[in-house]
Amino acid sequence: MTLRRIGNLPILAGFCLLLTADPGVIISPPAGTLPLHLAETGLGDAAAVNIFSANRSYSPLYPLWSDGAAKRRWIYLPPGQDIDARQADDWIFPVGTKLWKEFSFGKKVETRYLEKVARGEWRFAAYAWNAGENDAILVPERGAPNCYPIAEGVRHDIPGVADCKTCHEGQGRDIVLGFNALQLSPERDPEAPNAEAWASGMITFTSLVEQKRLDHLNKNLARRAPAIATALATARARASLGYLSANCGGCHNPNNPQASAGMYLKAEIDSRNGAVRMALSTFIGSKSKFQIPGLATGQSYRVLPGHSSQSAIVYRMESRNPYRQMPPLGTKIADRKAVELIRSWIDNDLGATPATP
Amino acid sequence: MGKLDKHYTALAIWLLSLAAITMLVRAADKPDAKLLQRGEYLANISGCHDCHTVLKMGPNGPEREMTSKLSGHPQALMMPAAPTLPQGPWMGIFSATMTAWAGPWGVSFSRNLTPDKETGLGEWSEEDFLNTIATGRRLGKGRPILPPMPIEALQKSSLEDRRALFAYLQSIPAIKNLVPEPLAPDTPAPGIK
Repeated sequence: MTLRRIGNLPILAGFCLLLTADPGVIISPPAGTLPLHLAETGLGDAAAVNIFSANRSYSPLYPLWSDGAAKRRWIYLPPGQDIDARQADDWIFPVGTKLWKEFSFGKKVETRYLEKVARGEWRFAAYAWNAGENDAILVPERGAPNCYPIAEGVRHDIPGVADCKTCHEGQGRDIVLGFNALQLSPERDPEAPNAEAWASGMITFTSLVEQKRLDHLNKNLARRAPAIATALATARARASLGYLSANCGGCHNPNNPQASAGMYLKAEIDSRNGAVRMALSTFIGSKSKFQIPGLATGQSYRVLPGHSSQSAIVYRMESRNPYRQMPPLGTKIADRKAVELIRSWIDNDLGATPATP
Repeated sequence: MGKLDKHYTALAIWLLSLAAITMLVRAADKPDAKLLQRGEYLANISGCHDCHTVLKMGPNGPEREMTSKLSGHPQALMMPAAPTLPQGPWMGIFSATMTAWAGPWGVSFSRNLTPDKETGLGEWSEEDFLNTIATGRRLGKGRPILPPMPIEALQKSSLEDRRALFAYLQSIPAIKNLVPEPLAPDTPAPGIK
């Protein structure tokens, strides 16, 4: 063991004791060769105040709900190597790509890090910020549960590597979420819950096209970024479907035949023309295997038009019972705005059908 | 040999070939006997029956109900609320069937591991099974696998053993038995009610 490694262990132990009240956190040296400090990943200075210019910020059209965390995101694309965009909703990133996502609850709590180290091979890490927010240290591989208070009786979990993989793997050809033709559309959705303010210099689909960073992109698609526009598309429907795609479609897509329960909520983009399709028949008017407590057997639907109270999607979005909630990980507080949006869409925009069709 | 006989002979050869091919295809689909034997052996020694096969009182005392082996907590057995534990270092309580378990995690019910398509593992692929073990989450994506399932012990098994176990579980009789979903501990949920 080198002197440097020996020197790191007390820092790591100190961080764990400082941040977490959970005595179950195992203090163990990090696996592999991940840098101990966030700054060493190449993001910027130690406090992540000055970000290196090669790392470009971006903001997805439909952000993932993370218990109200404020987020900042950056991507580094190695010079001269571009994204394989032949499939509009399933981009392949060049080896050397890095992504960072910073989570703040009033103050900086963690920054997650992805790095593509070889074809088909990524490494995952999370860095926890110290109290002074001027340094972030690598979290042990199993994560740091209950490390920071975010509401009364609720503490934030920094995920372990296994949890990172639970969400990021099984997407398709690569593992990045929230960075594709639809999510980077410059045509923002004013109804999108939790959408963030734009900053100048942020990457958009259009800027990637202009900078020729998207290889094999269909010319029709290159002219205009895709947007959700279905037969159901009121403004509320558009935002609802976008939210479901970003927050549920990571698992509920055809790449996960069992875990998705055959309910496909991911927006699929036609690579030829940018048309966005959603498999509405797999959830609208479809019976739910999950039975909503209090309803008679057979009265629960995935989405029942006109009846949000019989729609399991709403019930499970709203629940934080750990065995019923959706998503099953990554959140401990329900997304009130989004629940109201989806409820309103089901009750008002989908048209009433008899309660017991 | 008459013309008609020739036709019958050709038809017989064709039918025999078809039967042979069908048998070969079926044999190729079936997991080999050694794998199933290994899977059965693992299921027996690693305690799968302890929780997933109902315990009942027999003439010689408690015994496993092997006619419905590995089908989990009986659908018809509605459990009352778990009793409150007395003061002291007690953590959990379980049903007489050894299929319902109450503790700090709430109440868990042993799942149906038979290949019934609606209520068991009939629709699961081997990959689903392997992902569940590897992640400790249902189907690799869903809710966590709950106590007393010794998932960490299973995670230390070899890939070959996990495959053998899955092959065996898919080979046993399918039992239709819808096991209740687990109950969360009685803690107020944050956010919206």
